[in-house]
Amino acid sequence: MFLSKPLTRRTVLRGMIGGVGVTLGLPLLDCYLNTNGTALADGAPIPVRFGTWVWGLGMDKNVFVPKKVGFDYDLPPQIASWKDVKQHINLFSNFNVITDGKPAGAHFAGWVACLTGVVPAATGSLLYPTIDVVVADAIAGASRFRSVECAATGSLKDSYSMRSGDAINPPAISPIDLYTRLYGADFQDPNASDFKPKPSIMLQKSVLTGVREQGAGLLKKVGAADRDRLDQYFTSLREVELRLEQQLQKPPPAVSCKVPMRPEGIIPPGTDLELVEQRHNTMVDLLTMALACNQTRVFSMAYSNSTSGLSKRGLEKIHHTITHEESVDPALGYQPTSFMFLSRAFGSYAYLIKALASVPEGAGSLLDNCVVYACSDSENAKIHSINGIPMMVAGKAGGRLKTGYHIDGKGAPPSPVALTVLRALGTSVGEWGTGSMKTTRVISEIMT
Amino acid sequence: MTTGHWTSTLMPAFVVGGLMLVHLCAQGQEPAAAPPAVNAPVIRLMNAGQYANEIAYVFGSDIKAPLRLPSFRRVDGLAGLGAGSALVPAGTFNIFYGTAQAVAEQVVGPAHRDLLIPCKPKEAHMPDDVCAGQFLGKVGHLIFHRPLSADVLRVCVKAAHETGERLQNFYAGLQYALTGMLVAPEFLYLVEEVEPDPRHPGVSRLDGPSRAMRLGLLLWNAPPDVELLRAAESGELQTTAGTARQVGRMLASPLRLENGIRAFFSDMLLLDAFPDLVKDPIIYPDFTAKVATDSSEQILQIISDQLLTRQGDYRDIFTTRRIFLTQALATLYRIPISIPSSLDWAPYDLPDNDPRAGILTQVGFLSVNSHPGRSSATRRGKALRENFMCQTVPEPPPNVDFSAIENPDPRLRTARERLDMHRKNPVCAGCHKITDPLGLPLESFDGAGKFRATENGAEIDTSGSFSGKQFQDARGLAAAVHDDPAITSCLVRRLYEYGVGRRISAEEKSVVRDLESGFKDAGYRFVPLLRAIATSAAFYSISATVPDATRTLSTSLAGSSRH
Repeated sequence: MFLSKPLTRRTVLRGMIGGVGVTLGLPLLDCYLNTNGTALADGAPIPVRFGTWVWGLGMDKNVFVPKKVGFDYDLPPQIASWKDVKQHINLFSNFNVITDGKPAGAHFAGWVACLTGVVPAATGSLLYPTIDVVVADAIAGASRFRSVECAATGSLKDSYSMRSGDAINPPAISPIDLYTRLYGADFQDPNASDFKPKPSIMLQKSVLTGVREQGAGLLKKVGAADRDRLDQYFTSLREVELRLEQQLQKPPPAVSCKVPMRPEGIIPPGTDLELVEQRHNTMVDLLTMALACNQTRVFSMAYSNSTSGLSKRGLEKIHHTITHEESVDPALGYQPTSFMFLSRAFGSYAYLIKALASVPEGAGSLLDNCVVYACSDSENAKIHSINGIPMMVAGKAGGRLKTGYHIDGKGAPPSPVALTVLRALGTSVGEWGTGSMKTTRVISEIMT
Repeated sequence: MTTGHWTSTLMPAFVVGGLMLVHLCAQGQEPAAAPPAVNAPVIRLMNAGQYANEIAYVFGSDIKAPLRLPSFRRVDGLAGLGAGSALVPAGTFNIFYGTAQAVAEQVVGPAHRDLLIPCKPKEAHMPDDVCAGQFLGKVGHLIFHRPLSADVLRVCVKAAHETGERLQNFYAGLQYALTGMLVAPEFLYLVEEVEPDPRHPGVSRLDGPSRAMRLGLLLWNAPPDVELLRAAESGELQTTAGTARQVGRMLASPLRLENGIRAFFSDMLLLDAFPDLVKDPIIYPDFTAKVATDSSEQILQIISDQLLTRQGDYRDIFTTRRIFLTQALATLYRIPISIPSSLDWAPYDLPDNDPRAGILTQVGFLSVNSHPGRSSATRRGKALRENFMCQTVPEPPPNVDFSAIENPDPRLRTARERLDMHRKNPVCAGCHKITDPLGLPLESFDGAGKFRATENGAEIDTSGSFSGKQFQDARGLAAAVHDDPAITSCLVRRLYEYGVGRRISAEEKSVVRDLESGFKDAGYRFVPLLRAIATSAAFYSISATVPDATRTLSTSLAGSSRH
């Protein structure tokens, strides 16, 4: 019943990177850890995982960028919360988005450039996949979900995971929402001793195969552009089929997997800082176990949107408005209220890194087998500067990356950072970006 | 997504003194030119509202289908146009799949099966292909909007048979088969197809089900119901009289028509922003989550009352004194009425001396276009321009120097005084001259939409002028907006584009002009406008050239005037 036919072009997961097709292999099957937990039974490394973490409104250079370049950098006040995790984090400063004359759309061009390698032709133009989608094409593998998207803001609109503006992956917007997706009816504990394939999974798969085979007739009725759209639909359908099929096999044990409890209580809607932090941290806890339990290998977390609407009780204005209207305190050298919002954002980022680092896996931690790529929309949100746009890369990618470095880009475009991540994750991406953002270079200082 | 079409409609108001600044403001902000639209068949991805309506029509409103998808990309201000290019990435497919499973489980569950399944199996623990065929054939016809071919039906019945046999449960088999149908592309994508036009050899036309689809989405925000499908399949919808008959029937269905009208205005007025609307509870303790929800619903109730119940002039939504209140809204409005909990909503006529009139002065428009703890004349003016007049206010230039407006002088107590700082800055002035004059008259309402006469102890100056009319307050602004031709031309264009699911083509510009003229002649009443669009030949026309070399299509636009 399963995979009775050879793979067609729709059944091979494909990605388009800057117009270059990348064909990727089938996912890893029958994964079992070896006895000491450092690798799979066949000697292959433990799978790597990838996530993006996006926040809005950049940073305050004077209190964010470490003075020291290289290993063991200092922690300026805005990232003081990284005290216990900085050894896991590479921080990239002084990388400039090169627009090649295209309009540097405020709160837009920066994050699009960092996540896709392409400076958009106009605000709202989203034609290329974000890096997490490219990575998922390569490493989503045997996990139950191709990727998991979250919005700590609680808004369905806040997703930074997309193949294009017409194909945005909808985020989970509450811990309960995320819990239900991850640990709901079809969840199978990878460490359960009495694994039996669920007939329901097999039947679901069978039905979807029928849908795919029958629905293909529709392709003959539509024009070329719509055929491409339907092709995407069938690719998504096929992926679900593959994942259902994989769930029929005993999942590899996941020694660090501890199935989380359903979150208690409901976090009210809203973008008050406290609520966002609460939502973020609870979702991070669920996500961390989703990675440890092999439910997904790729995630995307929107901490705030690129024109951050985060508020704080008692403040008239949202963070975005504050960045434009608050004066820089001459004594401090930054905007005090905006500083507070950003410091708290970086505190939440530290929470994520700490959560991943706290889960033992193999000889190290879950974080050691992850890469988390973080970026924002701007350097200085007050003036929408995209020169010096900040980025972070945390995790060792299973030993392919070194961490704990501050890298000064000296004005270079940010594309090599993303390409370094893509290479470290084992993708076959040879170049990243377009125009002046195009690169084949990686950041060798952090590669092992 | 922004477009550049505003210059033709907006520029004349700013020619004196403002021309260069507007130009400067707009520099570098226009997106790349969009490809010209043609009247091609459209394939729309079903949105959450259409999905819910379809499930309710086919299975009844007891079956819940909470499809949690964000709006599609906005094209020309409408998410409805983004449906024509929307894709189904893996994350979206998972949402559709989860919802399909939930719907199918309810439909075949013990509480609903006797009502929804037209037959009983011989044995509940065994497959029954005859009964499964009856049910799946009927449902498939309705949700695919075309009769199922024998092949497709056989596949569906086979799925029900295999799963029912494996699980030893006839209903479980149906559940799996139905789940499959509910994620089939023929269901999720609303596909328009063409057929040869027998009246014009060599020419193609939209087939009956496709015409039914356009009608259903425009008038009811739902795919066609049983009767509309019947008309489509009988050929009735290919005739002028048959189309008029169906349009008349659909316009006479008040609840479904209201559904359609609400969906259109929810899209046009960006009401999908309301779920994210929050106010600072310290600054605005009256603005609760209930107020946020109610204020969005209030906009729709006012529109529905004016356009449908009263069959009134569309322009009067800007001046009407008939509003609707919940107890939570009444508290915020400081209107001392008691609404029985059994009613939830109650109509209320604002007295003549009330500072509010029309939807621009209601809490919904005022609060969603404000900051969490402060009003915003700029946001309100921008929303009025973009949402009601189809004009595009450019984003601030990315390299703007905001130092001029940093921590405004505390002696500047009102928004007007503070915004003067923007208008004195040549970089800011171009845009703020467009937005602020339309927002400042609304400054008598704070960021939560509550009335106030003063701000920081200073009297608020709400005077202004628009469209050649001077006024003293928000009601004066509303009256000026009421009479501005951009209001009605914008509505006609948006409604037509919403109906055909794409931008208007060059050849349709004259169609829209005709519709505008007819709208005026009909006293700007909305339902006649819907009828005019839905019965026009142009609404169903397809171009001679469509982007598919495999087909040669022809236009029927020659008879584009309204029937």
